[in-house]
Amino acid sequence: MTDLTSLTLAEARKGLAAKTFTSLELTDAHLSAIEAARVLNAFVMETPEQARAMAREADGKIAKGDAGPLAGIPLGIKDLFATKGVRTTACSKILDNFVPTYESTVTSQLWRDGAVMLGKLNNDEFAMGSANETSCFGPVGNPWRREGSNTTLVPGGSSGGSASAVAALLCMGATATDTGGSIRQPAAFTATVGIKPTYGRCSRWGIVAFASSLDQAGPIARSVRDAAMLLRSMAGHDPKDTTSVDIPVPDYEAAIGKSVKGMKIGIPREYRLDGMPAEIEKLWEAGAAWLKAAGAELVEVSLPHTKYALPAYYIVAPAEASSNLARYDGVRYGLREQAKNIIELYENTRAEGFGAEVRRRVMIGTYVLSAGYYDAYYLRAQKVRTLIKKDFEDCFARGVDAILTPATPSAAFGIGEKGGADPVEMYLNDIFTVTVNMAGLPGIAVPAGKDSQGLPLGLQLIGRAFEEETLFSLGEVIEQAAGRFTPARWW
Amino acid sequence: MSTATHKLLKGATGDWEMVIGMEIHAQVTSNSKLFSGASTAFGGEPNTHVSLVDAAMPGMLPVINEECVRQAVRTGLGLNAKINLRSVFDRKNYFYPDSPQGYQISQYKSPVVGEGEVLVELDGGRSVTIGIERLHLEQDAGKLLHDRSPNMSHVDLNRCGVALMEIVSKPDIRDAEQAKAYVTKLRSILRYLGTCDGDMEKGSLRADVNVSVRKPGAPLGTRCEIKNMNSINFIGQAIEYEARRQIEILEDGGEIDQETRLYDPNKGETRSMRSKEEAHDYRYFPDPDLLPLEFSQGFVDELKAELPELPDQKKMRFVADFGLSAYDASVLVAERESAVFYETVLDRLGNRARDGKMAANWVINELFGRLNKEGRDITGSPVNAEQLAAIIDLIGEGTISGKIAKDLFEIVWQEGGDPRALVESRGMKQVTDLSAIEKVVDDIIAANPDKAAQVKDKPQSLGWFVGQVMKASGGKANPQSVNDLLKSKLGV
Repeated sequence: MTDLTSLTLAEARKGLAAKTFTSLELTDAHLSAIEAARVLNAFVMETPEQARAMAREADGKIAKGDAGPLAGIPLGIKDLFATKGVRTTACSKILDNFVPTYESTVTSQLWRDGAVMLGKLNNDEFAMGSANETSCFGPVGNPWRREGSNTTLVPGGSSGGSASAVAALLCMGATATDTGGSIRQPAAFTATVGIKPTYGRCSRWGIVAFASSLDQAGPIARSVRDAAMLLRSMAGHDPKDTTSVDIPVPDYEAAIGKSVKGMKIGIPREYRLDGMPAEIEKLWEAGAAWLKAAGAELVEVSLPHTKYALPAYYIVAPAEASSNLARYDGVRYGLREQAKNIIELYENTRAEGFGAEVRRRVMIGTYVLSAGYYDAYYLRAQKVRTLIKKDFEDCFARGVDAILTPATPSAAFGIGEKGGADPVEMYLNDIFTVTVNMAGLPGIAVPAGKDSQGLPLGLQLIGRAFEEETLFSLGEVIEQAAGRFTPARWW
Repeated sequence: MSTATHKLLKGATGDWEMVIGMEIHAQVTSNSKLFSGASTAFGGEPNTHVSLVDAAMPGMLPVINEECVRQAVRTGLGLNAKINLRSVFDRKNYFYPDSPQGYQISQYKSPVVGEGEVLVELDGGRSVTIGIERLHLEQDAGKLLHDRSPNMSHVDLNRCGVALMEIVSKPDIRDAEQAKAYVTKLRSILRYLGTCDGDMEKGSLRADVNVSVRKPGAPLGTRCEIKNMNSINFIGQAIEYEARRQIEILEDGGEIDQETRLYDPNKGETRSMRSKEEAHDYRYFPDPDLLPLEFSQGFVDELKAELPELPDQKKMRFVADFGLSAYDASVLVAERESAVFYETVLDRLGNRARDGKMAANWVINELFGRLNKEGRDITGSPVNAEQLAAIIDLIGEGTISGKIAKDLFEIVWQEGGDPRALVESRGMKQVTDLSAIEKVVDDIIAANPDKAAQVKDKPQSLGWFVGQVMKASGGKANPQSVNDLLKSKLGV
């Protein structure tokens, strides 16, 4: 039955509808794959019993002809999403054995549509990281390796577990979140498709917060079509999140295969970095050529404030995080360290519960918001953010439909290879992706080729707000041209 | 309106002037909390009115309660203040176990209500206008319980997240009397509006008082903030103490440290809670979970149209329509319940225009007097508005005299019942039948020929005859008729 795991979500849907196989069979195939792939450390919690119960229920509904759009499809859930009755930790020791009594809006919509939960996926602690190395459950392995090498590489982060699990065929799709690139960068590192929708498209209710004004949920999937199917269920207005937007969710799948003829694609000159690997440059050109061949028009555009995006992001995001993480104080839930008084309780609990990267960002955030520094850092970063937003607006105002960029400045790297001495080295991974979060726009990462060592590389398409459909149409053109990539199994 | 002269404090180096500003925290009257659906009911078992949002569970998000916004706008309108159609919620970051989020959602740079003013009446017909700087919405904190365990503190989050309005005055208050009158007036306005129950004992209304002193006309001095006052009398005492403390320091050549202080009502003194150096850096920034609070002028206009009549307007109407003195009108409108009582009496009166003023006198003198004597408030009055209106009708139409009316009031107070029926059944009706009175007058004159003869020379002795007739009639004879008859019969 293991071949069932190699289907795309769209193919599995067809097979389930035709009763070629049951959801229980499909689910069991994935549960076995998960068991066999524990070395990847993609799952931090497996829920096989719940998965089988949900699969049986889905099978019942399919039999009755009452199937939701994702009926019987087994998915993995990033550990940032609260799942009722199932441990949710954001991969932080400070949440200890926290079991929510509530279900996040996004996951509840997936269950509403019939999907099956296989378990919880590893991620960087509180989604802070670009390599999935900050998780309290340890790093995640990328199913991809350099040709002829046994070195385990990172899957990217923070949604490293999601990307690794989808690429290794452990689940048919996964939820993920993206604050500065946490969906798109791991998708690019693992040859999966990841879309960060427009800010406000998915509800943030029940997702452990990192930086509220930037966080957005989205799927990581095996194909552009699969991503479209998943996003349709995940998206939608939620009165419990006032930053979610009350506009109808389109049938994203209908955008797949739609002609891109006449679309204007911007190529931003500021994304051509000094010292960018030639392979990335070549990939970018190839992507542009494919879109051109499909009838799109290419134009060079300028996003002049791009170079300020990363520094501004590393002020705004930690500032919000420092406040969002204040609730983890050892008083009501999660870890509590012994102490003689309340101040000690805070100090001991937070020192023990938070990992080094989280502590660093909490300190940076506290610093940039403090009296005397607020104007110089936080306020200024917000101004930069407005300028970045305006860069994109100006660009779209000139008739550009989408912007094509590389997804990452490099392919996946080895565990422990980056950021050890200088955290900025790690932060630079997000150089092409943070601008999109700062502007609140949708961005998709699509696999587009391999580097000379056989590692996957991705391209990013950035769209107008709430025009994810354009990204799905264009993304599928790249997918068709580049083909799909599956790692050779070594685990 | 007269400008109040305020009290100066005498020091060794001359007179000192107090400069006082207040931050009043008023709990918003609403069924649910500012950002969650949990109940705001007072007095529940600990942690029974707590939602996932209030407990700051991971991934929870605040959603603004529109009724709390309406209440804040109503209050702003009641304070003649500028309503800001766009305001912003900020996070005030600090760690304390009564604040589960690790921050309080408040409004820092852009409050929902801007500048306004309150007219404050003082003794002797003086009044003063106190400026309002701003009003903003914020979350209340929970409560720590230290008496449940010898080595642990417990947290009750029932109050956590309840909406508060922080009403900040300008530093326009100049002495303790003004400060007390300001809080009293503000409380009255809130209660009229129904936006805060004003119950200071339950903590629904608390004040932080900023006090500084200066020589009259000099620049502002360094202030100290006295936190968390929940009694109007204590506010007065704390201000007096604090001002004298500061004067003493300054006159000894010292300097005032800007600090937060607490008032100890048992010792009658303030003491330092934390210095400026220990003050928190709250790291305010706009709450990214909430969009700016925006509403239309139409929304404000609708609330304005539905606003109840407020004490100042009511007072003016009472003076204009019923000829009440400004003082009496103030007494009646000071508490919303008193005004409601008086107006219910007016509604029930047979002839409002004729008896409205008499009704005010009865409410203020007889009813309030009696209530005060027994330590009751108007809501627990044994004599209700209908009964009092009936008594006043009986006086107004001449059925009973004012004196009998007081007896009748006492009977109704003690025993209840319909005043009109009581007058009938107990024979309290005033005798206006001239022939009946004439007979009594004749009898008394006949029985006292000597005194009758003297009256012509000593007209003041007429009073003796009046007294005798009234006594003989059991107080029921119409005094005017008695007077007239005696005068004609005795030839005075």
